[in-house]
Amino acid sequence: MGDDFKVARTLDIKGQVCPLTFVRSKLAIEKLAIGEVLEIIVDHQPAAVNVPRSMELEGQAVLGVEQTGEAEWHLFVRKDREKPKQ
Amino acid sequence: MDFTEDQILRYSRHIILPEVGGDGQERLLSAKVALVGAGGLGSPVGYYLAAAGVGTIGVIDDDRVELSNLQRQIAHNTQRLGTLKAESAKATWEALNSDAKVIVHAVRLTAANIRGIIGNYDIVVDGSDNFPTRYLVNDACVMMKKTLISAAVYRFEGQVIAIYPGEGPCYRCFFETPPPAGTVPSCQEAGVLGVVPGVVGTLQATEVVKAILGIGEPLRGRLLIWNALEMSFVTVKVPRNRECPVCGDHPTITELIAGESFCGTG
Repeated sequence: MGDDFKVARTLDIKGQVCPLTFVRSKLAIEKLAIGEVLEIIVDHQPAAVNVPRSMELEGQAVLGVEQTGEAEWHLFVRKDREKPKQ
Repeated sequence: MDFTEDQILRYSRHIILPEVGGDGQERLLSAKVALVGAGGLGSPVGYYLAAAGVGTIGVIDDDRVELSNLQRQIAHNTQRLGTLKAESAKATWEALNSDAKVIVHAVRLTAANIRGIIGNYDIVVDGSDNFPTRYLVNDACVMMKKTLISAAVYRFEGQVIAIYPGEGPCYRCFFETPPPAGTVPSCQEAGVLGVVPGVVGTLQATEVVKAILGIGEPLRGRLLIWNALEMSFVTVKVPRNRECPVCGDHPTITELIAGESFCGTG
């Protein structure tokens, strides 16, 4: 799944739980340019659902969620907007 | 800027908000806010601004902590009786968050010193307890084009307004001159329910944070009146007065004047 686009930055936040998973992902997205893709690696199951959902609510594009282990997910989020949707 | 690990945790509930984010948090950290008074109103204002990570908080107060203050002035405590309120507030707020640098101005504001003091800040919060200071701060903020969040409390009631010079009314637009000395009780003799300045100061802090972040509808041109006994909020629209002596089309007050000369006594 990660092959269709170029990942600009990978954020490994295994060991982190909600809501810090989203907080860290959001701070990382803020640093990217529009169109760039952030890969987020999490091992906290709720984060695999919550982080993409929160990103979508803020108007960013979730390109995919890939489960790579029993408790490991790679989330791919493209930055679509500078200012989050409110 | 890059946040430290502690800052990410400390401000996580801000960063999550779409209206704030890391970007807004950076704005809070670089904001400079002056508080006139470290009393009943200034205490919660400074407390919440420090908690929010407002980077520079100036506190202007030359009084010392008295036992009768502690029923409402939550920046202070019993151990600090007799110490300068500005110093006591600095100790409290910096203990809450060392990201907030609190600058002590242990002076009484005058026509001569006010420009030099508030000139270093972006936003001014009036939590003073007397009319001469209230009008002096209003006039100086109008002349210097500083956003002013003004409030007052009395017994069970409080009022707040956000003054954006040039964009809405100033305090003199609706209360043109202070009441004659002696016709209104000062806070020292009036009595006030302790939580009232807590609520009203927290409303002021909210307007400050909104102003820094540039979000929401500022309390501009609207005087908010809160009554604790009725538990009611009333907002009164107040237009800009073109005849206003300080911010009108033909101002007659063009220089700051000492409080005593227009109000009798403080």
